[in-house]
This record gives sequence, C-alpha cells and structure tokens, in this order.
Amino acid sequence: MDLYEYQGKELFKRHGIPVPRFIIAETPESARAATEILGGRSVVKVQVQVGGRGKGGGVVLADTPDDAEEAAERMLRDGFQGHRVNRVLVEERLSIAREFYAAILLDRSTGTDLAMVASEGGIDIEELARTRPEALRRLHIDPEIGIHPYHLRALTGALPSEARDLVENILAGLYDVLVKEDATLVEVNPLVLLTDGRVFALDAKVTVDDNALWRQPEIEMLRTVFPINRLEFLAREAGLQYVKLDGQVGIIGNGAGLVMSTLDVVQQAGAGAANFLDVGGGASADAIATSLEVILSDPNVRSVLVNIFGGITRCDLVAAGLLEALERVKPTVQIVVRLDGTNAEEGRRILEAAAHPRIVVAGTMLEAAQRAAELATGVIA
Amino acid sequence: MAILVDGPTKVVVSGLTGREGRFHALRNRAYGTKIVAGVTPGKAGQDVEGIPVFDTIADAVAETGANTSLIFVPPRFATEAILEAADSELDLIVCITEGIPVRDMARTASYLRGKPSSLVGPNCPGVISPGRSNVGIIPGEICIPGRVGLVSRSGTLTYQIVHELTQRGIGQSTCVGMGGDPVHGLGFLESLALFNWDPETDLVVMIGEIGGDDEERAAEYIAQEMTKPVVAYIAGFTAPPGKRMGHAGAIVTGSRGTAQAKADALEAAGVPVGRTPTEVAALVQSRLAETASS
Repeated sequence: MDLYEYQGKELFKRHGIPVPRFIIAETPESARAATEILGGRSVVKVQVQVGGRGKGGGVVLADTPDDAEEAAERMLRDGFQGHRVNRVLVEERLSIAREFYAAILLDRSTGTDLAMVASEGGIDIEELARTRPEALRRLHIDPEIGIHPYHLRALTGALPSEARDLVENILAGLYDVLVKEDATLVEVNPLVLLTDGRVFALDAKVTVDDNALWRQPEIEMLRTVFPINRLEFLAREAGLQYVKLDGQVGIIGNGAGLVMSTLDVVQQAGAGAANFLDVGGGASADAIATSLEVILSDPNVRSVLVNIFGGITRCDLVAAGLLEALERVKPTVQIVVRLDGTNAEEGRRILEAAAHPRIVVAGTMLEAAQRAAELATGVIA
Repeated sequence: MAILVDGPTKVVVSGLTGREGRFHALRNRAYGTKIVAGVTPGKAGQDVEGIPVFDTIADAVAETGANTSLIFVPPRFATEAILEAADSELDLIVCITEGIPVRDMARTASYLRGKPSSLVGPNCPGVISPGRSNVGIIPGEICIPGRVGLVSRSGTLTYQIVHELTQRGIGQSTCVGMGGDPVHGLGFLESLALFNWDPETDLVVMIGEIGGDDEERAAEYIAQEMTKPVVAYIAGFTAPPGKRMGHAGAIVTGSRGTAQAKADALEAAGVPVGRTPTEVAALVQSRLAETASS
C-alpha cells in the first residue's frame, strides 16, 4: 500500500524526521487560509500517487495567498494526469542551499534492506547510479543486525560535512519507519539542506507491506480515505484480487499466475483483458457471483472468460456455483468457461446438462481465450 | 534420487491439526509420501488418522526421524515454524503459508543463511517428485513420472503447464513451486543448479512472472553454468506497471521487472520462451526430440 506524501510526512514526524510545516487543504479557500497561516507564501502540492509532479504542474510556488488559492482550485478541479485530486498539501517556503537523496528499501534480490544516499536531489536514482556513481553511497543492511552508526557514517560519505550529522539522524529515523511501520520503501527525494543549516525531508514516499496491515491498524485506517476505483472497492470487500484494465474480455481465474497468463493469452488471441481477477482457492458460488457482478458492471466488457484449473478447487463445485451465480446475476454477454483439473469432467457435464444460453464451454485454455476474444471483438465490429 | 523430495523423505507437518494441514497432509500420505508426524503446541499425544502429534519439531524429529518440514500454520506464526525447523536442522523446509509480512520473512531468511536447511516458499504450492513423494498442495493426479524438471513462482499456472506436458506424455522428475513472495527460499538459481546435477533430469522448464530480477539472474546462470536445455514461460506481458497482480511479488516497478525484459534476458541466454502454456509444452517436446536424436 502506497501512502500519500502528507501521510508519509505524518509518519516521518512521529519518527523524529524533520519535515516542513504543512497544512492539508480540500478547498481553494482553505489553501488560501493555510498560506496566510504559513506567512503569506507557500508551496502547493497536488496529493496523488504518481511521480513527475514537479514537471507536470503538480507543485506550485505561491507568492501570495491568492496564488495558492488559484493553484489549489485548478488542481482540485482538473486533477493530475487523469487522477482525481481530493487534497492538496500547503507547505511553508524554505530557503534551500543543497538537495540530496535518501532511501531505504527492502531489496528482494538479497532479502536485505538497501540504504542509499546521494549528494544530489530531485533526480532519477537509477540514472545517477549509471552516470555519476561517485555521488551515490549504497549499503545493504542485514535485517537481523539493524542499522548502526558506522553504516550511517559510511552512507553520508558523499555529503558536505556540515550536513552529515543531521542526515545521519534522519537515516536512523527512516530505518525506524521501515522496521516499526512495516514499510518496504521509504524515499526522500529531495532531502534538503537549508541556508540556515537545518536539514528537512521535502518529500516522502512510503510503501507499507499489505501482508503486515493486521499489525499496523493506524495505517490500515488510512486506506479508507483512498479514492480507489469503485469496482476495485467492491472486489476488495469480497476478498477478491481485482485490478481494472482497459480491454473488453472480463477475466475470472483461480491463482495469480494462471490469471496473469490468461490475460496474456487473450491478448495473443487478438483482444484485450478488461481486468485481472483471482477468485482464489475454493471458488464458491458466492465468490463467483460477486466476481461476475464486479466484472459485468464494467461497461467495456463484451465477453467473459472463466478459466479454472482445479487443484484444491473442485471443478464440479465451480460449475454448480457458476449456474447458481447466473440465477442472481443476469449477464447480457456470453461467458466462455474452461475447466480442467480436479473433477473437470463432472464440471463440464453439469454445464452441458444445464445448457444455459449464456454459457459456452471450451476444451482448452487456448481455445477458451480465442472464443472469448472472438465474442468480444465480434460485437464491436 | 530425485531432487529435494524422494521416496525416503520423512515429513513432519506444522499445523497438522488445522483444517488445511490435515486435508493436505492426508492427501500427501495417500499419494505415498511418508508423513511421519505433526506439530501443534499443546496437542502432544493426539493423532490425526494415526499420524502422531508432538508439541515441538525437536520432539517429532527425535521420535520419528523426520527430515523435512511442511508448514501450514497461519501467517503470524509461520516464520516461527520455519525457525523451529531450521534449529532442528531438517534438510528441507516447505512453507505453504500465504501472507507472511515481508519483514518477518527477511529476518528469517537472514537467520537461515549458513544453516544446513533449504527453504522452499513461503506462499508456494510445494514440491513433488511424481510417483515418489508429494510435499505440499500440488495435485498429484496431474503429474506423471519422467525426466523433465520444473521450477515455478506460481501455483495454478504450474498445474496448467504440468497438465500440458502430461497430456503430451512428457513426465516430470521433480516440480518445485518456489512461491510468489518477494523474499523467498530456494529460487530459480538454486533449483536450476540442483536439476543440472540431477542424473534423472534431461531438461528444465522455468515458469516466471513479472516483478523482481530472479529470471534475469537465472538467465546469467544458465548462460554460464547450465549444461541441460531450459525452456521458459513468463506470465504478465500485459500487466500494467505499478499494479500488483495478485502475488505480493508480482509488480512492475517503473521499467523494472517487466515480462519483456525477462524474456529478452532468457532468450539472450539461449532459452526459448513460450508465449502460451501450450507453446511451452510444444517447445519442450521438440527440444527433447532434438536431444534424443543428437
């Protein structure tokens, strides 16, 4: 789960990492009032979870409360790169001497934490690693040992001496966020040295491990304010893994890998998938009904492909569940069903006996994908 | 002797008395696997259809000589079961549990470094050597004994590809489900190395997906070390960046971890990458025919 900048900064404050004074505004008027409180000048920053805000007009330096109001009005009205904007962050203006970069993330290729500090900020870190490696310090931290002062000293090696002590404190704070909040990434880009010698985190990017939310109730609660897609919300409430995509073939499958593969095979067959949906193990009538409801409320869907490989999941139960689901959800598009694995023959027999006008039974995954693609593109043409 | 699990493998099941553990352990036993013990703290002295239950893995090992641990306990207790198995120096630990916090897993993986136990998983379907031993949740019926090794990050997708192989009469030496989590035990590299040395394996199928760089590192290994043919499949060509596709580890971050980059790396190492599971099985069949005729 990715946090918004203002949520990340709240976490930073709690772990002793200095951030600029900021106020959240949900209306242009409150952006004006916030700017007045902050001394008449501010930075207005759009709160969305996409990069490139600086270049795309998502960060505005406001020299007057009028400027701030105007910027906030535009952001809240127009959104940012297709994302709806519900909030802007109004922040104090600071006098910046230098920009740096700091991040700690769980490096999956080693299974340890990777800390990085660069003497340049506001940059693409991969680009810097290629072009000016001397400006970057990287260190793997064994999660059993944790971060120690000698790590911190080594990491700040490329920074000006007057900033090192303060940055080391901030790094210790970032590591604290990582461990105590179950984050998999904390990134500050840029980290700034002010002309008065203080060091602040000017931005905050924090990703929290979804598997650990049960022990991070405060972060779990932040989720409720996320303006996610309505269909994704419905699916999540039902415990389904759903991702909305742009194509016309609605997909239901069991197991993440098989579903991903199904999306690819549908594309090979000449159509696009409308979604990723993993019904998980079991695939009960309820789960299938909810899946169908979610998928069919997407107006782009022209056909549905149900691709089940029964391991633990029994195909006869899936077939029965599907028929039961069709009593509750009345689709207007054809549903191509492919069943293999445990009790597949029995499952196919149940579907054939029912002869439901909306169900098309396919023998293999490839055949099913081709059939669903034909149905989807045929309707459009 | 097949890799990882074989006839002599003796399994102790953590969470045997739970619903999942009981169901799968009994299935594994029915397949012919030696399920010798279960562990549930506080339930020592009970049994599950004749399989004795102990309080600790150490007790189970002392009594039964188990050498492999199979873990079904819920996510918040699973890393403890892994550590306990490692401290009993079992040869192999297979952790099926899905949803373990990655930080817990990173600390556990760190502790396991330098220990004699190999870990498979977590969030994995387990390991099967068809006709000999099945440790985990892979449906035994879809496999047939043979000489193709298989290693995968996925569950049902593995079944799909095994099924396609079996339908063509191509049997498997061992299928390793390494799991879909970002921090995991045995990976492609270690599995490929085991298959490379296994006299009962002629060809290896590796099934990857978006996210991380396991496949890229496997490509390097294959180019340098692998003496047997490898055929690959990568899922997620159409996955959009920044969206997690079910598995915790299946995410394209920026330009990294894409299916295309992985397929390119593998093809550069001489590994053909099938675009559909059916094509993978066809590639395996033609490679085996080439090897047989050369």
